[in-house]
Amino acid sequence: MPAGLHERGGPITVVRMADRIRFVLNDQPVEIDGLSPMTTLLDWLREHRGLKGTKEGCAEGDCGACTVVLERPDGKHEAMNSCIALLGQIDGLVVRTVEGLQAAGGEPHPVQAAMADADATQCGFCTPGFVMTAYAFASGGESADPDTIHDALAGNLCRCTGYRPIVAAMTQVAGLPIEPPAIAAARTAAASFDDRFHAPRSLTELLALRAAHPDALLLAGATDLGLLASRSRKPPSAVIHLAYVPELTAVDETSKDVTIGAAVSYARATPPLAASFPALRPYLSRLGSRQIRTMGTLGGNIGTASPIGDMPPVLIALGARLKLVSPRGARELALESFFLDYRKTALAPDEVIENITVPKLEADEMFFCDKLSKRRDQDISTVAAGYRLAVEHGRVRRARLAFGGMAATPRRAEAVEAALVNDGFAAAARALAATFTPIDDWRGTAAYRLQAAQNLLRRLELRMASPAYALEVEAL
Amino acid sequence: MKGQAHAPHRHDSALKHVTGQALYIDDIAEPPSTLHAALVSSPLASGRLRRLDLAPVTASPGVVAAFAAGDIPGHNNVAGPGKNEPLFAEERVEYLGQPLGIVVAHSLDAARAAAEHAVIDVEPTEAILDVATALARQSYVQAPSTVLRGDPDAAMKSAPHRITAEFSVGGQEHFYLEGQVAFALPGEDGDLVVHSSTQHPTEVQHVCAELLGYDFNRVTTVVRRLGGGFGGKESNASWIAGAAALAAAKTGRPVKLRLPRETDMLTTGKRHGFDYRYTVGFDDQGRVLALDAVLAADAGWSLDLTPGVVARAVTHVDNAYWLPHVRIVGYACRTNRQSNTAFRGFGGPQGVLVMEDAIDRIAHRLGRDANALRALNFYREGGDETPYGQTVDENHLPRCWAEARQMGEWDRRRAEVDAFNEANPVLKRGLGLFPLKFGISFNLPHMNQAGALVHVYTDGSIRLNHGGTEMGQGLFIKVAQVVAEVFKVDIDRIRPSATSTAEVPNTSPTAASTGSDLNGWAAWEAANTIKQRMVAFAAEHFGVAPADIAFADGTVRIAKPGSNQVLSFGELARLCWLGRVSLSATGYYKTPKIHWDGAAMRGRPFFYFSFGAAMAEVAIDTLTGESRVLRADLVQDCGASLNPAIDLGQIEGGFVQGQGWLTCEELWWDGQGRLRTIGPSTYKIPGSRDVPAAFNVRLLDNAPSREATIFRSKAVGEPPLLLATAVWTALKDAIAAATGRKTAVRLDAPATPERVLAAIERARTAAR
Repeated sequence: MPAGLHERGGPITVVRMADRIRFVLNDQPVEIDGLSPMTTLLDWLREHRGLKGTKEGCAEGDCGACTVVLERPDGKHEAMNSCIALLGQIDGLVVRTVEGLQAAGGEPHPVQAAMADADATQCGFCTPGFVMTAYAFASGGESADPDTIHDALAGNLCRCTGYRPIVAAMTQVAGLPIEPPAIAAARTAAASFDDRFHAPRSLTELLALRAAHPDALLLAGATDLGLLASRSRKPPSAVIHLAYVPELTAVDETSKDVTIGAAVSYARATPPLAASFPALRPYLSRLGSRQIRTMGTLGGNIGTASPIGDMPPVLIALGARLKLVSPRGARELALESFFLDYRKTALAPDEVIENITVPKLEADEMFFCDKLSKRRDQDISTVAAGYRLAVEHGRVRRARLAFGGMAATPRRAEAVEAALVNDGFAAAARALAATFTPIDDWRGTAAYRLQAAQNLLRRLELRMASPAYALEVEAL
Repeated sequence: MKGQAHAPHRHDSALKHVTGQALYIDDIAEPPSTLHAALVSSPLASGRLRRLDLAPVTASPGVVAAFAAGDIPGHNNVAGPGKNEPLFAEERVEYLGQPLGIVVAHSLDAARAAAEHAVIDVEPTEAILDVATALARQSYVQAPSTVLRGDPDAAMKSAPHRITAEFSVGGQEHFYLEGQVAFALPGEDGDLVVHSSTQHPTEVQHVCAELLGYDFNRVTTVVRRLGGGFGGKESNASWIAGAAALAAAKTGRPVKLRLPRETDMLTTGKRHGFDYRYTVGFDDQGRVLALDAVLAADAGWSLDLTPGVVARAVTHVDNAYWLPHVRIVGYACRTNRQSNTAFRGFGGPQGVLVMEDAIDRIAHRLGRDANALRALNFYREGGDETPYGQTVDENHLPRCWAEARQMGEWDRRRAEVDAFNEANPVLKRGLGLFPLKFGISFNLPHMNQAGALVHVYTDGSIRLNHGGTEMGQGLFIKVAQVVAEVFKVDIDRIRPSATSTAEVPNTSPTAASTGSDLNGWAAWEAANTIKQRMVAFAAEHFGVAPADIAFADGTVRIAKPGSNQVLSFGELARLCWLGRVSLSATGYYKTPKIHWDGAAMRGRPFFYFSFGAAMAEVAIDTLTGESRVLRADLVQDCGASLNPAIDLGQIEGGFVQGQGWLTCEELWWDGQGRLRTIGPSTYKIPGSRDVPAAFNVRLLDNAPSREATIFRSKAVGEPPLLLATAVWTALKDAIAAATGRKTAVRLDAPATPERVLAAIERARTAAR
């Protein structure tokens, strides 16, 4: 809708004042006029706002040079990638960039000073992104232990320094008292920008929009879909943004299970999931990076139906169920039945995923998971696996096993489960070779995937025996 | 006084980096008429270009023009005079991604969208997609290079023991965080100012001029800083700048060409991958008697800098070791891939792997300690010559070696690691030690020259310009420190300025670790010229002898019996101006003593050697092949370091980059020759967690360069990258531990989890 029409009043009553994107940038209110809501935040900052401090290093949310910080109403500061965030997603949020850190007098922020003092910059191109990551980390009150710092830094790549001085600067700034944002931005009403970017505020609105715009893509965190705008430069023609639908953003827990709304970010989903399934804590820390986990969602990871998504294998193994809703009503579907073929799912055109329910472990059950990749942090899995086991006197009585990276879809491996329960681990490994025919690609050959997946069963067997020696290099 | 020579002064742009105020080319304000560019690329790895129709591109929304080879007014050549590497393919396409043309439009999105509308008709021809095929077909970009000494055939024949082995290493993407970018602005008469993210401003000037048929004096290259280079912007930046310059000259409008990451990775060259085959002959003690080695580099489709890379590889096979009879043949294999290019180390890292592998195998064969054999084979001080005829002197190998062993507590940790391996059937730890000798200077003597331009203003502030480019390595602060030392002024009085072919002409690339060696001396010469003029003037003005004038602490002291006088540096500068003394000077430096016969592969190519040693500890998972570097202890010879803080950063960063090359960084082409690892999501450089958990670095102390380097400092850009070889050695040690040390280990690099697991399997199979 051309900007300015509403200013003349007239018949266009559907266009409201609310239909401009508004947010807070570096303590200043901003109103976007006449720009596509599919513009990336990074492009807007650099090309329209003239703020050149935030850099484009990869345009795929992996290098972190574009990192900015979302300052939440509850005081949380979360790093995110501005390169794959669409302007429409920023509506109602509070954003800070590297230009918004310095004091009025121009003195560098303590985080900036710490980076400079530690000799943590060389070419400097990645530096603003690291500074913003450090700012989010510093204000989170987290401890300065190396594991936490590496977790915080996993979304930022530096090619010059070797990171040692950056880690030193992070140690310096941990727990720094940082003031909450002075100005809050909020939007409470449903919004539609440019008639292309729809942000419903209720499930009813969402379903109505889904019916009215069958071609619109469902947008959760944009950590995948955002690449269409950033890397491919072909933004979707219309999206329905799920982040403000209460039913999709709820987290619910009972004695029996944990229910995560489809549009809940990984950052929010991690505590309840890790509380019930401790093995998921390190696993989730390897899913993308903090920047990605700020935005990315469980529902998105499932909905894109990638064969190498990290969450489907572990959720299938856990026996997760999806609640799918449409104007026709709601239905429940086991996650393992959701993936039909490569990038094909059981989701009907009028349906959305409302939430994912994960049954808690019984007293006799245990859960483990594995991920193999070339780099430990922020890499896509070569092989991912989840194992939910009921064990009695050291023997596996029931098993649910699922693997990613081994077929065109994430898949449960019933034959392997049966072999494991009936004949033990060696038989399970043989069954695995008969079950899967993975492919060769840049993450690994089919032969490696098969052998490594078989060996992961060996690791699982050893884990259950709780040996005195370490089983993973990360434990050393 | 702040920032004199040898002070650990921080990077001059550090505060601009952290506040986001440091300007890179894409941050420069664009004139309103600026056009944005995108490339049209070859969809096939090899073929005959039957037809290229850009009409649909030109007709796309927002497009101003599109150009291909036929639109180039000068020579379609980006490799410098006398060579032939087209900017845009003409009759043949040589690799998948090769530029065929450029489109300029009002917006970046319009340009990129339009580029996809080109109609490209290529008749496919058979592509050569790996080194083995190229070797079999004798597909080379140049004749093989051979280093030969003594009679290796006879020595090999008479040697008590012989081992033949093969292995391979992959290439490496530079992954500078700032992608390739150039911004060309036409002015009067079509003359061009080209902002380029380049390590070689003069080559950018030459390439732009040659493409346009201009005299060199019509193109000015300006480089304030690069967001990382690592060799990837030594030659590759030139064609990107050339493409932008062509479009700017043709349209008369400013043109910016910034490659998206995937285009950058698809089109630009990388570190050369190598295949190796060698035979080593040795005696019962493990002393090497003869080496016969073949190194085959993947040059990619064109010559580029491959001759230099192969020359440095074959002149670094010896590394720390005396090889009495030796033949080293370097092949430069032509494949239908990106044209591989300079990358930090420039063939050196690939060269030194041979002897490390050989000594591990000799030790295994003889049942001896590999590190004892390393030391046994070290060059002796003073007398020994390298296979190419350069005497090894100022030999710090024994010192570096002893210090690294002591820092890393080799003996204690060897026992600790062995005990761990005994107790853990799944995880195995490994240790590696690596000695380093690296030659400093461009292999081509004529490139070892530099110029500088220094102005002193009448307020005592100083403007510094030289031919070197700042790419994060801290060159600007180091050279500024040199000038501060000459004038004895505070470093803050010195303003480094953007590298420009208009200020200092005919420069060499900032490469081969030589930046501060060359430009430091050139700046010293310029500053000293001015200083001597100031001294002469002051002597006359104050009626004293020149020896009575001293520069110190930002002041000038005139020692006159009965009336000592102290002026500020600025006051004297103003007096000089009033006295009509020129306060501007150029400085020039050429490296002495070096000579090289490229045909015979003999001479003294290096002004001096840089030494170092590293110890690394790793752990591997024998089930998955996953690995981790647990600790590294490094000693690096920096001479009398110009700036220990900057040098520490170079050592740490270089090591981690080398570690990445040897472990997680894998380039992967599909069967059609399309590179599929074209972004950080698929190509994995080390992250912060991958850095050794314990990382101890020491600059070799009390080791001023014996040669007359600038303030007795030594180069530091490349050598530390090679120290990561210790990681590869440690991985092989861990794999050997996993397989009972029954066979020697072959470990191809990068040692991804898959290759580690394959190495374990191979060793187990061989042991059966």
